[in-house]
Amino acid sequence: MKESTIMKIHYGTALAAVALVAVHILMRLTQGFAESLEYESVLANYRFIPYAAMLELILILLAVHGFNGLRVILLELKQGRTYEKAVSYGCLAAMIALITYGSRTIIMTNMGMV
Amino acid sequence: MAQVSGIADEQTSTSLSSSNSILLRISRFNPEHDGSSQFMEFTVTYERWTTVLEAILDVKKHFDHSVAVRYSCRQATCGSCGMMINGKPRLACFTKISELNSNVVTVEPMNNFPIIRDLAVKFERLFDTHQKIKPYLIRDDSELESDEREFLQSPEEVEQYIQFANCIKCGLCNSACPTMATDSSFVGPQALAQAYRYVADSRDKGKDSRLKIIDDSHGIWRCHFAGSCSQVCPKGVDPAMGIQLLRGYLLGFRS
Repeated sequence: MKESTIMKIHYGTALAAVALVAVHILMRLTQGFAESLEYESVLANYRFIPYAAMLELILILLAVHGFNGLRVILLELKQGRTYEKAVSYGCLAAMIALITYGSRTIIMTNMGMV
Repeated sequence: MAQVSGIADEQTSTSLSSSNSILLRISRFNPEHDGSSQFMEFTVTYERWTTVLEAILDVKKHFDHSVAVRYSCRQATCGSCGMMINGKPRLACFTKISELNSNVVTVEPMNNFPIIRDLAVKFERLFDTHQKIKPYLIRDDSELESDEREFLQSPEEVEQYIQFANCIKCGLCNSACPTMATDSSFVGPQALAQAYRYVADSRDKGKDSRLKIIDDSHGIWRCHFAGSCSQVCPKGVDPAMGIQLLRGYLLGFRS
């Protein structure tokens, strides 16, 4: 993928994440802070599909943006063909792993496994 | 290292009337047999108009001819005498001692360049990256037919790139760039500014090939917009602006 395409995704995910995290914070303000973090309250959020979908989207946006940022930092720290390939594929794998783990939590909750 | 005082009056190249003196500290390093750099100190006299290069040449003439320094035109045109002067990349021929407002002037080789000896550095990386971005007009019709006129431009078209054409390849911008310090493959502000100079030229048709070259994992996107390149340019070129304008092409804001 061209670096400019990657950076367009990087900037786009940042802007979208700011908007969605703002909505997420506003949603949290509808409850008290301690109440918001109670076990049953968190499960209720995961079971409310529109909100769970937004949380899933935030997870994807932040994972893509964060791991690409990490890739850029690591590429500037050290150079070399093998190292750069390892960094790029490593960050991609870590990004997929994090999204998979986060999605698993939401799916398990909705399937009644939690 | 050695502490030497005073330049003999009869041997100085400048008039000594109303002259002051400063301590000139010159970094000495020969990679062939030195483990690290050391400073040699000289007390030199100067006038209001004396440049750092003239002070260094006085030291070479009267105290130590082995000080290695690259210079040529002495008028900020050739871009040879870039060095760190009191911690900032500057042209030695374009920096008057009186404007430094300091009794101690420290000169060191430019950062982000391998040292040949003392104040002279290798320019290979700068020239390689400069060459990489194809610093020339690319056209299909490079040869003018006899009945054709020159490639005319309006003043507005010239205005798009003319400041970037003032680059003298002195390397001060690359020396000041924080990304150049850590990323050995980064193309650098000098080459990126020159890429913009040709991309913005209405006579040039090589925009796509140049944008492809700089759209690399160590290309234009590794610039963090510190802006230090533009701060140190002795010719008033603004590489940081050129880089942002180039990004406009790659992001689709400009065509």
